Order: sequence, then C-alpha cells, then structure tokens
Amino acid sequence: MDKPILNVENLYLHFRATKGIVQAVDDVSFDLQRNEAIVFLGESGCGKTTLAKAILRLLPRNVHKYTGKVYMDDTNLMELDDERFRREVRWVKMSMVPQAAMNSLNPVIRVGDQVAEPTEAHFGLKKEALAQAREVFQRVGVPVDFMSRYAFELSGGMRQRVAIAMALVTSPDVVILDEPTSALDVLTQANIMNVLKRIKKETETSFILITHDISTSSELADRVAGMYAGQIIELNDAEHFFSTPLHPYSQKLMASVPTLHQTKKLEFIPGQPPSLINLLPGCRFAPRCPSKFEKCAQDPPLIDMGERRKVKCWLYANGKEK
Amino acid sequence: MPANTPSPNNGTLLSIQNLHTWFELRKWGFGRAGYVRAVDGVNFDLGYGEAIAFVGESGCGKSTLAKTMLGIHRPTKGDVIFQGKKLNAFSSQEMQWYHSQVGYVQQDPYGALPPFMNVHRILSEPLLINKVADKDEREQRIRDVMTEVKMTPPDDFLQKFPHMLSGGQQQRVVIARSMIMRPKLIVADEPVSMLDASVRVEILMLLRALQQSHNLAVSYITHDLSTVRYFSERIFVMYAARIVETAPVDDLLREHLHPYTQALMLAIPDPDAKNALTLKEVPPGEPPSLINPPPGCRFHPRCPHVIKGLCDTQEPPAFEPRPKHFVECWLYK
Repeated sequence: MDKPILNVENLYLHFRATKGIVQAVDDVSFDLQRNEAIVFLGESGCGKTTLAKAILRLLPRNVHKYTGKVYMDDTNLMELDDERFRREVRWVKMSMVPQAAMNSLNPVIRVGDQVAEPTEAHFGLKKEALAQAREVFQRVGVPVDFMSRYAFELSGGMRQRVAIAMALVTSPDVVILDEPTSALDVLTQANIMNVLKRIKKETETSFILITHDISTSSELADRVAGMYAGQIIELNDAEHFFSTPLHPYSQKLMASVPTLHQTKKLEFIPGQPPSLINLLPGCRFAPRCPSKFEKCAQDPPLIDMGERRKVKCWLYANGKEK
Repeated sequence: MPANTPSPNNGTLLSIQNLHTWFELRKWGFGRAGYVRAVDGVNFDLGYGEAIAFVGESGCGKSTLAKTMLGIHRPTKGDVIFQGKKLNAFSSQEMQWYHSQVGYVQQDPYGALPPFMNVHRILSEPLLINKVADKDEREQRIRDVMTEVKMTPPDDFLQKFPHMLSGGQQQRVVIARSMIMRPKLIVADEPVSMLDASVRVEILMLLRALQQSHNLAVSYITHDLSTVRYFSERIFVMYAARIVETAPVDDLLREHLHPYTQALMLAIPDPDAKNALTLKEVPPGEPPSLINPPPGCRFHPRCPHVIKGLCDTQEPPAFEPRPKHFVECWLYK
C-alpha cells in the first residue's frame, strides 16, 4: 500500500449554538490513496458537509473546537496559518465543488472567465489561464464556445459541469464533491457521473464524494465511509459495503434503498437521528439499533477488521461478528 | 394514449381526455409570443382505489398535469372528468366540493405548511372551510387522522409548529391534512424527494397503507423510477408534455419499449460496486423546449432508433404491442 495522499486523524469540529455545543464532526479519521474515490454516506444532518468544510478549513464564526491532524505530503495542514493554507492548499492541492454549485456561479461573469479565475489567482498566469480553462471545458464535456456565455444561458447539467471544471482547472490532488448530482435529472446525473469516472481514469485525481444518494454513489466509489451523528461508523471497500455492510446502521440503510432492477422487501429505520447537541454517552445509534445489548451504553471504538475495513460497533469486539 | 385505457378496478373515478394545459407567453405585457405547452394531449382513466404513478424528468409537465387534475390550472383544451362531471363546468361552490374530494400532498412539506399555525390549526382549517360545525366532531377527526398517519399520541404534536417537527413528521402532517376531508383521490407531487433515504420508504409505505385501507385513488408523481414499483399499479412515463408509455408496473419494469424509457432504466443504478467499472450509455442532448417542440416524435432528436422521414415528421399514435401496454413510438406500428 502506497503512502496515502490525504490522511485525516481525529478531526473534531464543534460549534457553539444557543442551546449548547453542536458536535458536528466528532473524532473522524480516514485516509485516501492517490486516484481513489471515497464516498461519505449518511442522512442529512450527520455532519458530512461539515466534515468537508473542516478539511478545507472553510469555517463559520461560531467554532468551539477545531482540532485534529490533516496530513498531505507529510505536512500537517492544521499547523499552517490561514494565509499559507489559502495560498498553498485550497484550490492548489485540494478543491471543492460545493452543494448546489450550479446555482452559485456568478451571473455577470462569463463562465469561461470564471473557470480561468482560480489559475489566475493562484499561479498568476493570465494567458495560460484561459487555455487551461478551454482544456478543462473539453474534459468535462462542455462545448468550448460556451465559454463566452453567462451562467443563465446554460442548462442545469451544463452549469454543474462548469462548477466541476472550476474545481479541476488547477489539477488538484484531491477534489471534494458535495452532492454533485442531487438537484439534477436522472439522465443528467448519469452524464455527470460518466464525466467524473472518465476524469478519474485519465488523471490521478482522488475524490471525496459526499452524498445521501446511495445508488448513484456506487457509480464512483472505491471505498465507502458511513456517517452517523457526526462520526464515521463504518469504513469499508465499496464491494463489501454495498453487498454485506458491517454496522447495523449501514445494514438498515442499505435495506431502505429502493432498487429498480431487482425486487426486494424495503425496510426503514424507525426513530430519528439524535440531535448533535447534548449527546448521550454510548453508541449513538443504540436507541434505534435492532441488535442493541448492554455494552452499547459505552462508546464503541473504531474496530479494525483488517484490509482497511473498520467498524464502530461492539458486535465486532473480537475482530469478527459475534 | 387511447381515450379509454380500461381501468382495472370498479369504475372510473377520474378521466382525463385529450388534456392540454398551455401557458401564454406575453410580449411587452400584452402581445402574444406563443405558448408553453406544458401538457399537450394527455388521456387516461383512473379507477376507484387505484394507485398510479407518473414518471418523468423535470420540465416534462408532470407537476402541471397534477395541478390541472387538482383544478388549480384550467385546461386550455380537453377535459378533466370527476365521477362523470366535467371540471370545467363547475361553479365555485362545486369547485370547493371538488377540493374536499381530492387531497394534495406537496413536494416540500416545510413550504406547504404555514409557519404561523400549529398542527391543530393546520388540520382544523379544511374542516372549518368545509363547514364541519360541530366542535367535538372536528376534534375527533383531527385525532383520528393523526393516529392514521402514526403521529401518536396526537397531543404530543397538536400544539407544535411546523419548524418544531422533523421533515418526516412535517410530511405526515401534510398527508394528514390532505386526508382529513376523507377524499377519494390524493395527488402526491414528489412527496418524498425532500426526505432522507430511511424516512422516504417509511412515508411511501404509510401512503400505500392509507391507499389500501381507505380504497383511495392515488396519483403519485415522481422523477424516481426506483420507488414506483413499491407504490403503484400502473405507471405512466412522460416526456416533453406527453405520455409516451403506459403499462402495469411489473410489465413496464420487465419490458420497457419506448427508447426514452429504456434510456431512463439504463441510467438508474442499483447500489453495486460494479457500477464504477463501466460508463453508462446516455442519449445525447436535453429534453426539448415546450414552447417549440420538435415536429413528429418529440424524442426523435435524441433517439438511437430514429426512422428518417417518419419519426421526424409524423407524431406517433399510441400502439398496443402487448396487452395493456401502450407506447407512442413508430417502432411498434
């Protein structure tokens, strides 16, 4: 196994709110290899987007606790000051396609200029910037003559491609995609996933994909991280996660996905995820868990199952299922 | 579609005949600049207690069709016939009666619930409007309907405001509100697309259970083909303001005849790690503008099986290549 391109260790991001401390990202650790895609799956409010923002240090003002280690090329990014982080990491080594990116394009700047802007800002290359933008437009499948159009002249799928082009134009090592297809139509979704697959094949880029759409995520995933209430509860390779998940929550979640091509009996998870304020001790899924037992009153560790598979559940306390 | 697709159950509740809903485009405020043909020639019958589903991409006219069924939009041409009576000829009093006979479940539950009313007030409103004068009866019906949507005990929720409820609970309140006048038909426009995966199934199962226990007709409108199998008996695939394929759910999922349906089915993955290994085949281009749809079959500019000289000039009628399976495509003439 090569050295990972990104290594996150014990990352915490807590917010202050009027009712108390929101534990949005709570002790998250994972690593990412070069040219690998990891998918973060979870329900809304489980901290997926906050995790992405914590990695890229895009923080709101009410931060209560922001600790941990994020390694890239042996540097701990958490030790860099804000200016160095902006200059050397954000959009140079790591970029992000935010949620609903297609609606965040500037309406009064031509899309070509917008895509050229990161290169200009980070490398000071004025002439090359447009040439690079042209190249990346081709790569994401937007006709090059669209560069002189404005965002409102493009369809939703085209705008989403432009947003992806903006994240790719500086050739970063890691691209974070936050719900890249959630507001799009089925056929457009398939198109965007094709674009991402092709880019992954042709370049060395690694992807962090954040989504709640389990079926679509399987189009890109090499590995899957299941998130629940601010924590990673399972890290697994895609093959095992989609067929035989380990954690009871992942099992239930997979059973709730409607499938088109096979018939199966659908299940749902009764109850609701806990509030991230005033969390009770112990396993956070225990109140909804069908296989709950006495030990669940204590917080389970992330148990190593070998082959980079990990699960945060007492059922696997001996390294295999009870 | 043929005017009288037989409805399987006992009699026809709602019949849509040659329905067109067009929106006028204005130029400088009064000049006419054409029409957006959001629904352009739709026919179907819906039986008592039947669950049907409309599937299509955004902008194909499925929400406009729903709103025309609900009487929110007036049809430009054609008729909506409810229990043998034409909606167009309704007086405003009859329209009010009609609104008590059809329930509407909106897409975004938070947007559909007034933020300044508590659940009790939200559920009282339809009863007050429809002059259920007896206070005890109103209370009883509110409690009954809350139990039916599994928000128990009702007293825990009745005093709450929408923002105090989770997304799933809000959608239950919306369903309760649509049920409280004991309607015969519920039109659910993307009822679960704003909800999380685990809650989504729960709400769909709830709707299905209500549909079966009350012999309700439900028209379920969605862009998500994969949930349809668990919910409805017949499925209508819409493309560019027309229904291009209709069949009982299992038949359609087993054998999809229209090239557009085939493309849709191919594009929707089941969760499987093998998906990452192959590229998907997607028809090129985008759905046409409804102001100026292409002549002939509306899918022909994107269709891999296009027949030159036929598909691009003549609009295909509905063919019935298999029993009860209708498709608007020249391949099956």
